[in-house]
Amino acid sequence: MESIYSLQQFMAFTKSVIYGLVVLTLIAMPAFWYFLTERDDD
Amino acid sequence: MSEMVHPEDNKRFSRFNIVAGAIVVMGLILTVLRFTKGLGPVSNLSDYNPWGIWIGFDLLVGVALAAGGYVTSAAVYLFGMKRYHAAVRPAILTGFLGYALVVLALHYDVGRPWRLPYPFIVQPGTTSLLFEVGACVALYLTVLFIEFSPAPMEWLGLKKARAIVVKLTILLTIFGVVLSTLHQSSLGALFLIAPSKLHPLWYSSYLPVYFFITSVIAGLSMVIFESTLSHQYFAHKMDAEHLAEKDTLPLGFGKAAAFVLAGYFMIKVVGIAADNNWHYLATGYGAWFLVELLGFVALPAFLYAVGVREKNVRLIRWTAGLTVLGVVVNRFNVSMVAFNYHLPAADRYFPSWMEIGISVFIVTIGIIAYRFIVTRMPILYAHPDYDAH
Repeated sequence: MESIYSLQQFMAFTKSVIYGLVVLTLIAMPAFWYFLTERDDD
Repeated sequence: MSEMVHPEDNKRFSRFNIVAGAIVVMGLILTVLRFTKGLGPVSNLSDYNPWGIWIGFDLLVGVALAAGGYVTSAAVYLFGMKRYHAAVRPAILTGFLGYALVVLALHYDVGRPWRLPYPFIVQPGTTSLLFEVGACVALYLTVLFIEFSPAPMEWLGLKKARAIVVKLTILLTIFGVVLSTLHQSSLGALFLIAPSKLHPLWYSSYLPVYFFITSVIAGLSMVIFESTLSHQYFAHKMDAEHLAEKDTLPLGFGKAAAFVLAGYFMIKVVGIAADNNWHYLATGYGAWFLVELLGFVALPAFLYAVGVREKNVRLIRWTAGLTVLGVVVNRFNVSMVAFNYHLPAADRYFPSWMEIGISVFIVTIGIIAYRFIVTRMPILYAHPDYDAH
C-alpha cells in the first residue's frame, strides 16, 4: 500500500475507498433484499 | 391453556429449583461479601480496569438484550404489525426484567451505590454521557414498568387503573423508542473518551451508531430466542394466539434481523475504511475482529436469510442463539478484550470467580422472576375478562 504522509492524502485515500464501498452497498443491499424476499407468498 | 397446571409447577424439588436455589444461596453469600468487604476482595477491578464484567456483561449485554421490548412494541404499535401482538407482553417483560437487573448489577459495581441518584439531585451533570445513560435508563425502566403494569393489574383485578394505563400505550411506546435510541447509542459513545485504550479495530467515531444498530439486532434475535424457550417450557400456559405465532414470529423477526445484520456488516466495513485500519486485520486482534465480523455478523445474516427463504424456523431459532452470542462477544470485545490492549498481560483484566458468580446470580434472579410472573400473570395468554390493547 502506498504510504500516507498528510491528512489530505489520508482523507483522499479513505474517502475514495468509502465511495466505492457505498456504491457496493447500494448494489448489495437491494440484491440481499431480493434474496430474502424472493420466495415470499405475499 | 392458562387453566392447565404443568406437573413441574407444583414440584418443590424440581431440577430447576435445586440448581436455581444453589445459585441464589451462593449469590447471597457473595453479596454479603461484596457489601461488607468492598470491591477489592471480590473482584479483579483496578485503576487500570475499573469496568469489568459487571459493566461488560450485566450492563452492556443486559441493556442490548433487553432491546426486544422497544423493538417489538414499535413494530406492533408504531408500524402496525399487529400479527406480532402476542409477542409484545413477553418482550416487554423481558425488557423490564433486563433493565431492573442492570440497575441491580450497578449497585454491585459502583463503589458507593447509594450515590446512584446523585446526578439528578446533587449536581446537574448534563454534559456527561454517563448522566444521559443514567437518566435514560432510569426513565426507560419507569416506562417499561408502566408498559408492563397492565399484566399485574389484570392479575389483581385493578380494572380502572388498567384502563388508564392502556390508553397511554402509544405514548409509552414512543417514549420507549426515543429513550432507547438515546441510551443504546450513548453506551457506545462512552468509549469515545478512550481512543488510546481501545484497539483501533473496535474504536470508531461510529461506535454510538454501531451500538444502536446492534441493539436492534439483539432485540429482534432475543425475542426469537426467548419465544423459543417460552414455547419449549411454557407452552401449557399459552392460548391459541400465542401458540399460532410459534412460526410466524421467527419468520418475520428473522427477516428483519437478516436485513439489519447485512446493513450493519456494510457499515462496519465502511468504518474500517474510514479509519484506514485494513493493516490491523493481519494481526492477532485482526483475526479476532474477523471472527466477530464474519462469524457473528455475516454468517447470521446469511443463515437468517436462508432460514426465511426456506421457511426453516429451526434454522432461524439456532441463528437467533448465534446472534445473541455475537452481541455478547461484541460487548465483551469493546469493554474488555480490546480495551487496554496495549497493557502487558499481567495488567490485563480477567474477572474473579466471585464476579462471575454474582453475574450468574443476577441472571438467575431474572429467570426466576420471569418464571414466577409468566406462571401467574397473563403474559403468554390473553386474560378472558379484558380486551386486547
